[in-house]
This record gives sequence, structure tokens and C-alpha cells, in this order.
Amino acid sequence: MAVPILKQGDVLIASIQAALSDRDLLQLRDDLAQRVGNLRCRGVIIDLTALDVLDSYATRMIRGIVYTAKLRGAETIVVGIQPDVAFSMVQLGLSLDGIATALDLEEGLALLAQEKGVRALPD
Amino acid sequence: MYVPSPIEIPIAHEFDIVSARQKGRELAASMGFSSTDQTLLATAISEVARNIVNYAGTGELVLCDVEEKGRRGVMIVARDRGPGIADTELAMRDGYSTGNSLGVGLPGARRLVDDFQLSSTPGVGTIVTLKKWLR
Repeated sequence: MAVPILKQGDVLIASIQAALSDRDLLQLRDDLAQRVGNLRCRGVIIDLTALDVLDSYATRMIRGIVYTAKLRGAETIVVGIQPDVAFSMVQLGLSLDGIATALDLEEGLALLAQEKGVRALPD
Repeated sequence: MYVPSPIEIPIAHEFDIVSARQKGRELAASMGFSSTDQTLLATAISEVARNIVNYAGTGELVLCDVEEKGRRGVMIVARDRGPGIADTELAMRDGYSTGNSLGVGLPGARRLVDDFQLSSTPGVGTIVTLKKWLR
């Protein structure tokens, strides 16, 4: 199932659903790279709240998505990594070094606004 | 919910990886594994199933309930008739990969479970056996 991408002000929000296939991740990378340009968005939030497993492949793909968006001029915040998923990633030896994370969507939007001056809603 | 085991899951496509880890999680949940341990198991299943898809193309996963020395747990056997691994010691090293990956699959999966065995014969195939005990 393709990942829905919503636009809120200058921010694109991609909410990943559970049981994501490899193809969905590739599609998300391409869609985000396109839409950052078409919609002139400078901030992206990837919400992983619904994801119950993040394996090495998915982690590498998420990193790829974040770097691709960065090269297109948008900052990405990864939000919603669940406690069990975080613990499992640490055990597996995976990291998201250099990638901004936040607890949830709300915190992610606040971080984009504070640190990057990118707002989801006009002042 | 009672989940009968062993569960045999053919692995031939990336979608099979998702269903394998869901079935593994269901089995672990039915046996009383904590939510954290269910996640660790599901992630380990994901890694070994992905190795089958990436390196052998097809294979299968068997998930079952095991008892050994008074302990109860889940055993996962991942087997394929792929090219095999020439140097299993090297394959277990963090960061080593012959494919285009992070090289954390096998060594990472070992850290997620209690018991890990890798046996491979070049030209014949690979069998990875993982066990995780209830605590």
C-alpha cells in the first residue's frame, strides 16, 4: 500500500502504515523527492508510529529517503519510533546518525518550526 | 489465542518477509512472550527471511514452539538451496556484505535471539537456526 503524503503549509507529512513493503519504501522516496520540488516544501516529517518492525533494509531505505529529500533542499524529521522498535534497532546495531528524530508528529512539527523556521501553518 | 506450530512459510518474494514476521509475532504472543521480545523476534525473522530473498531467491522458514532443558521458546529455521556462504565466519562479521546492504543482517539477528546457528555449504544451501527462550 502506497504511503499517503499530506501537505501542511511548508511541510510534507508521510505517515507510514504497518507492514510496509520494499516497493512502498522506494515509491515513498521517489514521491517525496518529486513533491518537495513540485509543492516547494522545505520540511518533511516521516511518521513511523504504526511500524512494528524496522529491519536493516527498511532503516537503510529511511536514511536514503532523508538524504534524497535533503539534496532536494528539504529537512526531514523522523518521528514516532516505538520503544520496542528503538530497542530492537539498537540490538541489531542500526542507527539513524545525522538524522533528526522526534517523539511524535507534534514534537516533529515543533522542531521543524524552531530549528529550521519551516512552518506547517501560517503564523 | 492458540497458534498451532510448526508453521511453514515459503519465502520467494519480499511480501513473504512481512507475512513471516507477522506469523512469528503471533506465535510468540500466543506463547506469552513480552511485546519487546516479540519485536526482537519479528526483526530477527525479517533479517533471515530477507537474506533468503536477496541471496538465494527462494527458501522457507519454519517457526515452532520448542522445549529444551525445562525451558520453552520459539525456534526459527530459515533454509534455502541457494549458493551458500563460502566463509561463514566472515558473514557473521558486522559490516561485511557481499550484497548492497549494511552487513548487519546475520550478526544483528544473532544479537536479537538467545541461540544462533549458521550452517552453509557452498553450492548446496544455507540453514540458519534461531532460538529465543521465554523469560
